[in-house]
Amino acid sequence: MRGLKGDFATPAILAMVLGVAALAASFAAPAMQRVVTEALIYVVIVVGLYSFSGNSGVMSFGHVSFMMVAAYISALLTMPPLKKHALLALPLALERFHLPTVPAGLIASAAAALIALVIGWPVMRLRGVVPSMATFALLIITHVVAQNWKGVTGGRQALVGLPLDTTIWTALICALAAVGIAAWYQQTRRGALLRCTREDEVAAESIGIHIARERMVALAISAFISGMGGVLFAHFLGTLNPNTFYLDTTFLTLAMLVVGGARSLSGAVLGVLIIQAISETFRSLEDGVTVWGIDFTARAGMQEVALALIMLIILVFRPDGLFGGSEIGTVLGNFLRRRSPRPKSTPSS
Amino acid sequence: MNLVQTAIDAINLGAIYALAALGVGLIFSVMNLINFAHGELITAAAFTVYALDGQPVGIRLGAAVVAAVCLALVMERVAFRPLRKANPATLLVTSFAVSYLVQHLVVLIFGARPIGVSLLPELSESAALGELRLPLLEIATIAVTLALLAAMTFFFRRRPLGIQMRAAAEDFTMARLVGIKANRVIAAAFAMSGILAAVLAFYQVAQSGTISYRMGVDLVLVAFVSAVVGGMGSLTGAALGGMLVGMTSVALQTFLPPTWRPYRDAFLFGLFIAFLIGRPQGLVFRKAHRVRI
Repeated sequence: MRGLKGDFATPAILAMVLGVAALAASFAAPAMQRVVTEALIYVVIVVGLYSFSGNSGVMSFGHVSFMMVAAYISALLTMPPLKKHALLALPLALERFHLPTVPAGLIASAAAALIALVIGWPVMRLRGVVPSMATFALLIITHVVAQNWKGVTGGRQALVGLPLDTTIWTALICALAAVGIAAWYQQTRRGALLRCTREDEVAAESIGIHIARERMVALAISAFISGMGGVLFAHFLGTLNPNTFYLDTTFLTLAMLVVGGARSLSGAVLGVLIIQAISETFRSLEDGVTVWGIDFTARAGMQEVALALIMLIILVFRPDGLFGGSEIGTVLGNFLRRRSPRPKSTPSS
Repeated sequence: MNLVQTAIDAINLGAIYALAALGVGLIFSVMNLINFAHGELITAAAFTVYALDGQPVGIRLGAAVVAAVCLALVMERVAFRPLRKANPATLLVTSFAVSYLVQHLVVLIFGARPIGVSLLPELSESAALGELRLPLLEIATIAVTLALLAAMTFFFRRRPLGIQMRAAAEDFTMARLVGIKANRVIAAAFAMSGILAAVLAFYQVAQSGTISYRMGVDLVLVAFVSAVVGGMGSLTGAALGGMLVGMTSVALQTFLPPTWRPYRDAFLFGLFIAFLIGRPQGLVFRKAHRVRI
C-alpha cells in the first residue's frame, strides 16, 4: 500500500476526469448528457461498493439493497402528497410530509447507512465467504419486501412522479463527493486496518485488529454512498419499481468494480467509465446494424452477452482487474519520477 | 388429511432442494467455488427438453443430461480452471458472470418470455388412496431423488473415483500429493453436478410446466442457502440442509397467516441469516475445514 498515505493525486486526477467528462457532455446532445449522467450515478454506486468490498475483500451482493432502501425513502419524502394518496396507503402524517430533494436524499442515504449497521452488526463477524452469502440473502429479502409491501412501496407497480432533480451537475457533485469520501476513508488508519484484514484475516486478528468493527465502519460508509447513488437513480428515472434494483443492477455494478480492479479506487471509477462506454456502444448498435446477415436490432440480450464475455475475459486473464490494484496517482507518480532527472525528496519505497 | 398432504409437499420440496444443494456442495467441496452458474445448468437442460419437443421422452431426457454435463465441463475448462488458485471472492464473481452469460445466450436464442413445456403429463394426476390423494409427480420426485442419493452414496463409498473425490474434498493439496489427479476429480465433480442439474430440470419442467431463462436463479439461491446451512464442503450436510430448507419453506407457507404469506421468502432468508449467526459452520462441521492458524 505504498504511496497511499497522503495520496492526493489519485482523487484529484479522478475528479478531473469526471469533471472534464461532465463539462464536455454538457455541450453535447441531450441523449449524450443522459449517458454521462448515468455514468456519474454509477460512479457513485460503484465507489460506494468499493469502499466496502475493495477495502475488505468481502464481495457484497447486497449493496443494491441499500440503494433500493434509500431510493424508496427519498421517493416517499419527495413525491407530491396527492400522488402518494393516489398510489399508496401511508399513515396520514407521512403522506402529508414533504421535503425538498436534497435533505430527503441525505436522510435516505443516512437511513441506508443505519440499516447497514443493523445488518452488519451480526453479519460482519462471520468469516470467509459466509458474509457474502448473507448479503445475498439481504438482497432477496429487500426485493421480496418491496414487491409485496403495497401500502408503502406500491408493490409490483411502479412508483411514479418523483421530482426529476438529478441533472448532470448534481450527479457530478455527488460523484466527486463519493470519490472524496472513499479516498479519505482509505487513507485513514481505519481504512489501512481494514485492508490488513483483507490480506489475511488470521494475521490481522492476531495483531489485535477488530475485524467485525472495521468492516462495519466501512459498510456504513459504503452504504451511505451507495444509498446516495440509489437516490440519484430514483430522481434520474422519475419512477421506481422493485426490479429497478435487483440482480441485473447487482451484476452490472459488480462487473464495473471487477473490470477496473476491485482493489483500487481508480479501478472502481475507471471500470464504470469503461463498462458504460461498452454498454452504450452496444445500445447504439441496436439501431439496426446488419453484420453477416444477423440483425442486431432483433436480438435482445446481445449487450448483456458482450458485457459478460468482457468481464470473463478480464477475470481470466487479469483477475485483479485492468488496474491490478494500483492507484492512478501512484502509477503516474512513479512514471514521472522515473522520467525526471532530479529524484523527488519523498522516499520511493 | 391436510397434514399428510403438507408433509408430502415438504418432503418433495426438501428432495428438490437437497439435489440442488448437492450440486452446489459438490463443486464447493473440491474447489472452494460457490458455483452461481449451477442454475444455468438446470436452465440448459430444461431448454434442451423444450427444443426436442415431439421426440420420444427417453431421447429428450438423455439429451438434456448430455447438454447439462457438457455445459458444466465447458464452464470448468474455460472459466474456472484458469482461476483455480484465485481467491473465493473472485471465483464467486466469475461464476456470477458465467451465469449471466448463459442466461443471456438463452435470451438470444429463445427470447426472454416464459415458454410452456409439457413433459410426462400423465404424472400430473393423483392416485387415490382411501381418502388420501397422492400426487404422482411428487411421489415420483421423491422416489427418483432417493434412488439418486443411494447411487451417489454407493459411488462415493465404493468406486475409486468417488473415494478420490472424497479425499479431494477432505484436503485437496494432500490428495494431490498422494497422486490424485486434480483435473480429473474436478471434471468429475462438474459432470456430476451437470447430471444433478438435469434431474432438477426434469422436476421443474414436469411440476411447473414453464421454463424461462431465469428459472435456475431462484433454485440456485436456495441451493446456496441449503449448502451453507448444511455446512459447506460436506455432502451429507448439503442433502440435510436442502431437506431442512425445503421443509421450512413449506412450513412457512402453511403456517404463516395469509397476509404474511407473500413474504415467505423474506422470512426464509431472514431465518437463514439468523442461522448463520448462530451456527456459521453449518449443521455438519468437518474439522478439516477449520481455518488453521
